[in-house]
Amino acid sequence: MKLSRVLPIAGLAAVGATVANAETITVATVNNNDMVVMQSLTDAFEQSHPDIQLDWVVLEENVLRQRLTTDIATGGGQFDVMTIGTYEVPIWAERSWLTPLDNLPEDYQVDDLLKSVRDGLSHDGTLQALPFYAESSMMYYRKDLFDEAGITMPDQPTWEEVREWASKLHNADQEQYGICLRGKPGWGENMALVSTMVNTFGGRWFDMDWQPQIDSPAWQEAVSFYVDLLSNYGPPGASSNGFNENLALFSRGNCAMWVDATSAAGKLFDADQSSVADKLGFAPAPIAKTPKGSHWLWSWALAIPASSDSKDAARQFITWATSKDYVSLVGEREGWTSVPPGTRTSTYENPNYQESAPFAGFVLDAIQGADPTDSTLEPSPYTGVQFVGIPEFQSIGTQVGQMIAAALTGETSVEQALQSSQRATERTMQRAGYLD
Amino acid sequence: MTTAKNQTVARAPAAPATRSALASALLNRRLWLGVLGWTLALVIFFPIFWMIVTGFKTEAEAIADPSLIFSPTLENYAEVQSRAGYAKFALNSVVVAFGSTLLALLIAIPAAYSMAFLPTKRTKGTLLWMLSTKMLPPVGVLVPIYLLFRDTGLLDTRTGLVIVYTLMNLPIVVWMLYTFFKDMPKDILEAGRMDGAGTLQEVIYLLLPLTLPGIASTGLLAVILSWNEAFWSLNLTSSQAAPLTAYIASFSSPEGLFWAKLSAASTMAIAPILIFGWLTQKQMVRGLTFGAVK
Repeated sequence: MKLSRVLPIAGLAAVGATVANAETITVATVNNNDMVVMQSLTDAFEQSHPDIQLDWVVLEENVLRQRLTTDIATGGGQFDVMTIGTYEVPIWAERSWLTPLDNLPEDYQVDDLLKSVRDGLSHDGTLQALPFYAESSMMYYRKDLFDEAGITMPDQPTWEEVREWASKLHNADQEQYGICLRGKPGWGENMALVSTMVNTFGGRWFDMDWQPQIDSPAWQEAVSFYVDLLSNYGPPGASSNGFNENLALFSRGNCAMWVDATSAAGKLFDADQSSVADKLGFAPAPIAKTPKGSHWLWSWALAIPASSDSKDAARQFITWATSKDYVSLVGEREGWTSVPPGTRTSTYENPNYQESAPFAGFVLDAIQGADPTDSTLEPSPYTGVQFVGIPEFQSIGTQVGQMIAAALTGETSVEQALQSSQRATERTMQRAGYLD
Repeated sequence: MTTAKNQTVARAPAAPATRSALASALLNRRLWLGVLGWTLALVIFFPIFWMIVTGFKTEAEAIADPSLIFSPTLENYAEVQSRAGYAKFALNSVVVAFGSTLLALLIAIPAAYSMAFLPTKRTKGTLLWMLSTKMLPPVGVLVPIYLLFRDTGLLDTRTGLVIVYTLMNLPIVVWMLYTFFKDMPKDILEAGRMDGAGTLQEVIYLLLPLTLPGIASTGLLAVILSWNEAFWSLNLTSSQAAPLTAYIASFSSPEGLFWAKLSAASTMAIAPILIFGWLTQKQMVRGLTFGAVK
C-alpha cells in the first residue's frame, strides 16, 4: 500500500472528479501562445476521445525544463506527455528516456512534416517526438524607413550591409535605433543569435576532436562585429534585451531592423499588438562568409517519456495535437495567423494561411534551409545550428553568453571575453571526458 | 547656602525653557521616527503596490514607461482565470501551509519544552545541529528526495508537501519556541507541579496559555514560509497537489508579453496570505517582541 493512502490528509487530494473508466494523462507544456491555444482546445480533444482526459501542467520554459529533467532522469513517471525542444530530443533519446514513435497511423501523414524539422527530432532514423511548432530566424525591417533613406532590401542581405544601413537609420535622439538584437545572456537567448553569426562568419563551437574553438579568428571577427554593431547602433541597455524586450521595442516602432525568431512575425503583423504592422518588411537572416548556419532551427515537440503508464492514450493525444486536422481546427477557431507554424507542408499550401500570413514563404524557406546536421563551414562533430547537442551545452552556452554580455556592456574586451570563454569551456569539456 | 539659593534663583527661569526644549526634541524625534517608519514601510510595500497596479493594466501598458494614469481593466483576471482554476491551487496552498504548520507545532512544542526546562549537556549542540540542516541548499537533496517520493507514491500529493514543509520549518519553529519557553519563569511551572500537575497538564494549562503569543507568531511565520515556498512545490508536484507558487510560475514566459497577467496571478496568489497577515498582525508583533523587555 502506498504511503499516500495511509496518511489521512492525502485522502481528499487523491479523489479528483474523474469520469468512470476515463484514462487521465498528464501533459506538461510551456506557456507560449501556441500551447495556451492547445490547452484551450482540451474540450475538442476530450469530445473526440471520450475515454481520455487531460490534466495540464503549464510552466515557464526554464522551470519546465528543470522539472522535466528531474522527472525523466529519475524515472518519476509524473508525466505522460512532455513538451521538449530539439535540444533535448537527441540527448534524451540516446539515454532511452523517450518512447520511439514508429508505425504512426497512415492518416497522420508523417511525410507531410517538414524534413529538416523531422530530422531534428529523430534519433537513429526514428522519430522521438512530434513537432508542435517550429521556428527559424529571419530579419524584420521597417519598409517606411528604408524607403525614406532610399535603401532597397536585396534578396539575401549581408551583415556588412546591415551595419551600413544601421548607421544610416540610427537616430538615438528620437529613440530610433538602427538595429535591435538579443543581448540578454543565456544559451537560448543571446547565444542563439551569436551562434548563428559565428556560423556564418565561418566559425564553429568545436572541431572534430571536441576541442573548443572560441578563441579562433572566426569567433573574434563575429563577436567583435556583433558587439560593435549593437553598441553603436542598438538601443541603450541592449545587454538586458531578450526576445520579449526586442519584440516590444520593435512593435513600438523603436527599431529599424531586428533579427530574431520567425515566430515573431505573426505578432508583429497583428495590428492590435504592433504599431508597425503596416510598415513591416521581411528578409532572410543576414549572412557573412557562408550561408551555412546563418539562421537557426528550433522546434517545440511533444514526446512520451518511457516512464509513462499511459503510452497509448498519450500517443493518441500527441498525434491529434500535431495533426493536419488540429491545424485546421485552430485556423477556424482562432484565426489562421494563430495556427502553429513550421511543421507541415500542407499548412503552407493552405490558401487561407497564405492569405492571412504573407510572411509564410520566408518562414518556410528559412526552416527548410536550416540543416542541424551541417551548419558550419568547417566540419563539426555535433548536431544543432544555434546549440550543440550535448548535455554540457546548457552550462557552457550560458557561461559564454554571460562573458559576451560583459563585452557588450564594455566591462571586458571582446578578446578577454573569448579567451576566458575558451578556458572555461576547455575545463568543462575536460571534466566531462571529451578531452584528455 | 546663599550661593545655593542664588543658583536656584538663577536657574529657575531657565527650567521651563529646558523642559519645552526637551519636549520639542522628543516631539521632533517622534516625528522623524514616524517619517522614517512610514518611508521604510512605503519602500518595502512599493513592489507589492506596483504589482497590484500592473495587474489592472493592459499588457502594452504594463511594459510601457511606468505611469499611474491608465484606465483599469479586469481582462487579465479573466484571462488568468480562464487558463487555470485558481480555487484548486489555492485550496492546495491552504491545506499544505496550515497542515505543515500544525504538524510542526505538534512536534516542536514537546521538543522545545524538554530543551528549555530539562536541558542536558547536549541541548545546545542539538539545537545547532538542527539549524545546520538549513545550511544546505535544497537542490542538493532534490534527487534523493525525488526518488524517495517516487517509491513511496508521495509525488504530487499534498501529504508529500506537508511532510517536506514540516521538516523544512521544524528547526526554525523549535528555535523560536525554545527562546519563548526559556523566557518563562520556571517558578510558575514548579508551582503547578506542587499543586499536583503532571507534565502534560503543565504544558496544556500553564505553558501554552502563558506563551500563546509566542506560539501564535511562530505558527504564523511557519504558515507564511510554507505559503511562499517555491522550490519544493514546483519540483514535487505536477497537476494534483500544485499550490499557488506553481500557479504563478505558469504565467511568466520568455515568449510574448506577460507582465500584466503575471501581476494579476501574483496578486491573487498573495491576497489570502496578505489578508491573513493583516488580520493577525497584532499577535505577530506581540509574539515577536514577547520577552524582549526584561
